[in-house]
Amino acid sequence: MSVLTVEGLQTHFFTRAGVVPAVDGVDFALDRGEIMGLVGESGSGKSVTGFSILGLVDPPGKVSGGRILFKGEDLVQATEARMQELRGARIAMIFQDTMMTLNPVLRIDTQMTEAILAHEKVSRREAWTRARDGLAKVGIPSPEQRLRAYPHQLSGGMRQRVAIAIAFLNNPDLLIADEPTTALDVTIQAQIVHVAQTLCRERGTALIWITHDLAVVAGLADRIAVMYAGRIVEAGPTDDIIDEPRHPYTVGLLGSVPSANRRGQRLSQIPGMTPNMLALPRGCAFQDRCPRSAPSCGEAQPDSVALGLRAVRCFSPHGSEVAP
Amino acid sequence: MTPMIEVRNISKRFVKRLDLAGKIAARLGVDIHEEVVHAVDDVSLAIQPGEVVGLVGESGCGKSTLGRMIAGILSPTEGSVLLDGQKISDLSGTDRRAASLAIQMIFQDPFASLNPRMRVEQIVGEAPLVHGLTDRAGLSDYVDDILTKVGLDPSLKRRYPHQFSGGQRQRIGIARALAVKPRFLVCDEAIAALDVSIQAQVLNLFMDLREEFNLTYLFVSHDLSVVEHIADRIVIMYLGRVVEAAPTEALFADPQHPYTRALLAEVPRLDQRKRDFTPIVGEIPSPLSPPSGCHFHPRCPHVMKECSRTAPPLTKRREDWVVSCHFYEKN
Repeated sequence: MSVLTVEGLQTHFFTRAGVVPAVDGVDFALDRGEIMGLVGESGSGKSVTGFSILGLVDPPGKVSGGRILFKGEDLVQATEARMQELRGARIAMIFQDTMMTLNPVLRIDTQMTEAILAHEKVSRREAWTRARDGLAKVGIPSPEQRLRAYPHQLSGGMRQRVAIAIAFLNNPDLLIADEPTTALDVTIQAQIVHVAQTLCRERGTALIWITHDLAVVAGLADRIAVMYAGRIVEAGPTDDIIDEPRHPYTVGLLGSVPSANRRGQRLSQIPGMTPNMLALPRGCAFQDRCPRSAPSCGEAQPDSVALGLRAVRCFSPHGSEVAP
Repeated sequence: MTPMIEVRNISKRFVKRLDLAGKIAARLGVDIHEEVVHAVDDVSLAIQPGEVVGLVGESGCGKSTLGRMIAGILSPTEGSVLLDGQKISDLSGTDRRAASLAIQMIFQDPFASLNPRMRVEQIVGEAPLVHGLTDRAGLSDYVDDILTKVGLDPSLKRRYPHQFSGGQRQRIGIARALAVKPRFLVCDEAIAALDVSIQAQVLNLFMDLREEFNLTYLFVSHDLSVVEHIADRIVIMYLGRVVEAAPTEALFADPQHPYTRALLAEVPRLDQRKRDFTPIVGEIPSPLSPPSGCHFHPRCPHVMKECSRTAPPLTKRREDWVVSCHFYEKN
């Protein structure tokens, strides 16, 4: 059974200027130990999808449709008390900005033992030991000393390790990582990716890695889902998506990434900008920037169509000329 | 050939002076000292006309400080910057002004680098007007022309920066730099804050402008894949020092310095799937107390005895390729 099944998730923000459909019909499923890369540009709804799963969407935002089945239980219907039981225990999340996620006035040990004691009846002593082992597990040298430190005394990479250690304290079934390495240097990014990957593999934790950087998830994820304007436009196994993208947006995104074999040449850019979510066009949201758009694209929203192992939301995906 | 831009043995130290209480305490024998950060430590670099040089390193390695010294925003503690073979600090009057106009800078954050209370036409038009590149009558056409060149609609020039998206703002920043007809641009992480699809647009713009205006660039970035794409030559910095400099293709094909190798191996790439690798250990040390000898030795897989004792000199591997590593010299 899959750990997480999201069906037709809609999270809308009811602002004074109008309704923003930040997430508008997202479907995916995640098995135990599976790593999914959720890729998109700013405003595509990838972070809101993560927040919706944890029930962290604040007003004026609201999950207004769909189901989020976590081991068979619908989280959309769950009470706040039930969500508190799950959050930090069965489902954990790490964020981009660790200076914001760690409490600046509490020592690391206080924050870590708190995360254990909130969900389990164990002694403080035992919680402390588990916290120390957790820090050692994510590769923090001399964890006893680090436990007594405050967040500002650690570097950005160290703080992200602490955040991962906290996320794994209760052996969650699902970890949502929202751009955890965006603010870090490449060597540190490689370390963090390595730690997260190893821990997920060891413990069978399913992982959703939210990022704008296709290159990071190419080396990490089993599957990739590409989001655009609140919808998953293409999803499938990593190799298929990277080697043979079908949706014109995925093709454009991959073409925008500088790579060795096109040195010095112009990059194939996607024209225009991400659409205004308050005034989305009728039909496909990508039509104005799409090189393959036809008049019919403006009439109706393309449904998600299965092409082999992947799903594509497009009326004329790449490769459709040769498809049976 | 005289290089367009040359920096000779340039250093920048930031000193945190002791306050009065600190001074008194120090007099009384308390063990506190002024804190000195060696942001840039004896760096030399030459950039030929028309060349695009990529300056790469992790945060805190001094790449931005070096870029700012070249752009004239910071003054070096030691060493000098030369434009066309002449020390900029020796120039005066009109020559000095011409030199500072010839070198312009584009900043990382298009939200912080534009004055929010100025309209686009003022932001772009102010400097050329002051420096007499255009007069009041011709200003409007002058601004229109530059905005068109960077791909902005001139009819938007009465707007304020907050009315634009990140990519458009970066174009305004580029227009502002181009408005004084520079020959050399320092781009400090100029596309790091932009979305992937917008990054490609701005990167393409940089390449078009290079051809159109015959520009020379110093491209400061932490992103090796971007630098690899645009630069002819790459300079790698670590904790204030240059560790390796070579033409782009040669460097990517056969990196010599252990740090360069680590960096290249750890850049995420589309063609590398499901890797199982052990990343390089440790983090960049504090520049307040850099390690002795070679700054990289605590993280280096090939560390030897002398690495912690003496700093390795820059050795020429080829005419256009320098490496600073004891291990490399031995082999």
